[in-house]
Amino acid sequence: MKETTFYHHDVLSMLDFRREDLELLFNYTEEMHKYTNTKLSLLLGKVVSLAFFEPSTRTRLSFEVAAKRLGADVISITGEESLSISKGESLADTIRMLDTYSDLIVIRHRYEGAARYAAEIAEHPVINAGDGKQHHPTQAMIDLYTIKKLFGTIDGLSYGVLGDLRYGRASTSFIYGLTLFKPKKLYLISPESLRVREEVLQVLKERGIVFEEKRSLGEVIGELDVLYVIRIQKERIPDPMEYEKVRGSYKVTLDLLKYAKKELKILHPLPKVDEIDERIDNTPYAAYFIQAKYGVSVRMALLALVLGAEP
Amino acid sequence: MSEEPTLVVSKIRSGTVIDHIPAGKALDIISVLGIAGKEGLRIAILMNVESKKLGKKDIIKIEGRRLSPEDVSAIALIAPTATINIIEDFAVVEKYKVMVPNIVMDVLVCPNPTCISNKKGEAIRTRFRLTSRDPLKLQCEYCGTIISGDEVVRLVIRKR
Repeated sequence: MKETTFYHHDVLSMLDFRREDLELLFNYTEEMHKYTNTKLSLLLGKVVSLAFFEPSTRTRLSFEVAAKRLGADVISITGEESLSISKGESLADTIRMLDTYSDLIVIRHRYEGAARYAAEIAEHPVINAGDGKQHHPTQAMIDLYTIKKLFGTIDGLSYGVLGDLRYGRASTSFIYGLTLFKPKKLYLISPESLRVREEVLQVLKERGIVFEEKRSLGEVIGELDVLYVIRIQKERIPDPMEYEKVRGSYKVTLDLLKYAKKELKILHPLPKVDEIDERIDNTPYAAYFIQAKYGVSVRMALLALVLGAEP
Repeated sequence: MSEEPTLVVSKIRSGTVIDHIPAGKALDIISVLGIAGKEGLRIAILMNVESKKLGKKDIIKIEGRRLSPEDVSAIALIAPTATINIIEDFAVVEKYKVMVPNIVMDVLVCPNPTCISNKKGEAIRTRFRLTSRDPLKLQCEYCGTIISGDEVVRLVIRKR
């Protein structure tokens, strides 16, 4: 098992993985499901650092629970203010310190490339829990696993990704993740100013994904099997005027869903704000709470694979 | 060098001649090489001289200065047609065409303000991967931003 792509490797971007790697991760996740309510000793004696320089609830807590369920000890940094970072310490120095204290570092940072930079400094593996607008690979692993569970496959489905695709890291990693599989069609639906970035389009073209950029959900809703929605990333839009222009520019409503396939599933990395009518939460379309529930088991599987523990 | 018989620039004993620079780019190159004119180096900058290959070209002669690999990468990004001549004892001992390497280190600044390579206080070297030679395109290895065309020239770090 130590020969896997994951063993002692950094997890920085979905583009670093192959389809087989994710299939292995999904198999491990199945195993981990059995143990989400017990305490294992697979990672006994290991220390996992959680270095969250940006606010997080779900991701940080699910990593913490995942590590503890596997028997690891957890040390954490939360928020830039509480630390010596506010005294001007560099990220590099903080990473060097965590690297001496722990066996693995999970990092979230508002700068794009922060996780890659941390991985260059640290001897131990680094897992990217979100770097600015760029990547959020563990979220994409959860998203794809959810789809696999719901449909039995990731291939051959029609996908719509709706929202702030320019600044959304979860949507970017989800799109990158889909390129490892064979989606039938991918619609990128967003206001003009929030279209996906050039480098994302480049990857889609290189990997031969059939995709189309659309302005409104109404144009394609009837075709979709999976609708992935993200909120507007207000905190990353540099100009408040730009934010005002796009605020409330898209919303999934019950009216729109009248035209949807009845098997349609809606995913959202959460937190959601107002981009999905809350009345949808109680319909069979809503898959986002199931998706959130898988967070712990997927992250347990990932930690076990990276640190080389057999379930 | 120049085919113009009236423009005479003496040979240098040892140093570097950068030839076949597209006309008008010599001052950009001087700037990225960090030459301010106060270093005491003997330098000749010839601009808009006739060239068989380019129609018009610029030439820079620098006495007593060898170029680093970063210097050569920077020149390649600004003046892809340039050739470098290394001079010793008035003779050309080495001559080569510049080429943008596959990985460009420490030469470009990333235009993305929230790229980790722009974070103050970090000892981080910028790193771009060449994704296309023609048209010229490079991608930041940290934040994924793609840069191309004239933007590349603007992003070459000026040492002066």
